Amino acid sequence: MIENKKTEHKPPWLVILKRFSSNKMGMIGTFLILCLILVAIFAPLLEPYSYKEQNIDLISSPPSSSHLLGTDDFGRDLLSRTIRGARISFVVGVLSVAISVIIGIVIGCIAGFYGGVVDLVLTTIADLTWSMPAILIALLFVAIIGAGLESVVIAIGLSYWAQYARLVRGQILSLKNAVFIEATRSMGASDFVILFKHLLPNSISPVIVAATIGIGNAIVLEATLGFLGMGAQPPTPSWGAMMSNGTAYLFIAPWMIIFPGLAMMITVLGFNLFGDALIDIMDVKNKESS
Amino acid sequence: MWIYVFRRTLLLIPIFFIISLVVFSLIHLVPGDPIDSLLGPGSTAADKVALTKVYGLDKSLPVQYGVWLKKFITGDMGQSIIEKQPVSDMILYNMPFTVRLGLASIFISFVLGIFLGIISAAARNTFIDYISMLIALLGVTVPAFWLGLILMLVFSVMLGWFPVSGSGSLETLVLPAITVGLGGAGLIARITRVSMLEMFNKEFVLLLYAKGLSKPVIIIKHIFRNALMPVITIFGLRLGWILGGAVTIEIVFSRPGIGNMLLSALYRRDYPVVQASLIFLTMAVIIGAFLADIMYSYADPRVRDVYK
Repeated sequence: MIENKKTEHKPPWLVILKRFSSNKMGMIGTFLILCLILVAIFAPLLEPYSYKEQNIDLISSPPSSSHLLGTDDFGRDLLSRTIRGARISFVVGVLSVAISVIIGIVIGCIAGFYGGVVDLVLTTIADLTWSMPAILIALLFVAIIGAGLESVVIAIGLSYWAQYARLVRGQILSLKNAVFIEATRSMGASDFVILFKHLLPNSISPVIVAATIGIGNAIVLEATLGFLGMGAQPPTPSWGAMMSNGTAYLFIAPWMIIFPGLAMMITVLGFNLFGDALIDIMDVKNKESS
Repeated sequence: MWIYVFRRTLLLIPIFFIISLVVFSLIHLVPGDPIDSLLGPGSTAADKVALTKVYGLDKSLPVQYGVWLKKFITGDMGQSIIEKQPVSDMILYNMPFTVRLGLASIFISFVLGIFLGIISAAARNTFIDYISMLIALLGVTVPAFWLGLILMLVFSVMLGWFPVSGSGSLETLVLPAITVGLGGAGLIARITRVSMLEMFNKEFVLLLYAKGLSKPVIIIKHIFRNALMPVITIFGLRLGWILGGAVTIEIVFSRPGIGNMLLSALYRRDYPVVQASLIFLTMAVIIGAFLADIMYSYADPRVRDVYK
């Protein structure tokens, strides 16, 4: 006789949460990301001045008690603009990573599931894309669809999909001959059901980890494109555009570059620490995606 | 070994065709007509037709591709529409600057990255480890162009140690190379540390300790050599990062170079220049990955055995 032993199983997310909370670096990362999200949501309430209000008497003035981070070449308050920039960066980061992940999942699923020539072609394209510097791909797409915030989101999305495709393909390959998939197939499930209901949910965790770090990378890429004059156009207070504008005043008003850059650095640090901690606790083998 | 090298070299040829086709077709999707910017005020429609014919832009796209590819392979990369000089001359002029910056950055990445990686692995979970990993993390997270601007502000403007911009002397290379190299150093340091820590737990290391070898000898002579493998691979694949960084940094420090050339051509829709510089940068990345593969197979015989 087999006795039913009652073992208490904690839900997996609780185990992960518990392990995560003991990871110091990860908690710092979480804190930084939460700060960014709060600042992004409550930007209009936190801004001491309107981000587009110009003060002709205080052009390029250094940090002071009334303007904590100083003002820019139009006399606009830099603190308010940096706060507003958090919102733009966050939205750009999340949206463009969402685009990359969706493209990556579709291509990775098709390549991993169907194999053969389809796999070879898709994998070659993904490998080529992955080995290219993202900035080059993004520049190419921005050149085609034109500068501006929307095109930057699309361009970044199209630059970073390859790593997700590779991850998903690898997972699907290792899972598609598993016994539980065979069982599902023998019950008459269609390819579509097997792929999206059974294979994908079991392959998604490394993608989530990579996507977290990806948001940080996307934010930097947006700023770099903005800096090169290909991103958000003035007067949009994107961090990249603010710094691009500040380059001309580097020697007389360095605060125009220092503070948006610091804000961006802290944000990216947050996503990296969070992602690294996720890799540690989930023991995902993708050390290279850092 | 040579069979492996030969096969991998052959693989570069189809890759070149794919890249040239992709770059060519994408560039021709770009809206905006370079001919318009060439025509002076008061020119007629007939002038436009004539000029379009001169640059061969009136033919169908596949024909344009064929003609262009044939010329490209024979070294004729066309004429810059804006600068009015052969693109090959512009590439030859700009290439050495980018190569110099690239080599200097790779040098800094390797030396600094491996140094940080080794000391943090050897002194695991100590203060030294945390500090080195913090530097490595900053290298990965700080956006290159911002770092470049800050370095310029501190070392050129405030301290006056290095020139703000320029390209002639060795001093002008220092700040750009540090800027580009630091990102790579961060990456290499992190990978070196992880792969060295993995080695520490291997049985052969225990044996070496049992033999009575000292810790520094074990770390440098045995662990480090084995731990270098993943560093070579990943670095070869990420050579693109260095080039991508160089594109932006050339703008920051107003250095001449392929990146600077590409960006100014992009602003002015100078197709032939954009095409040629994109293909050059892309092929440089691919060849970098290829060289890393060869190095890797030289160091690890198991890799090339797969191809036998």
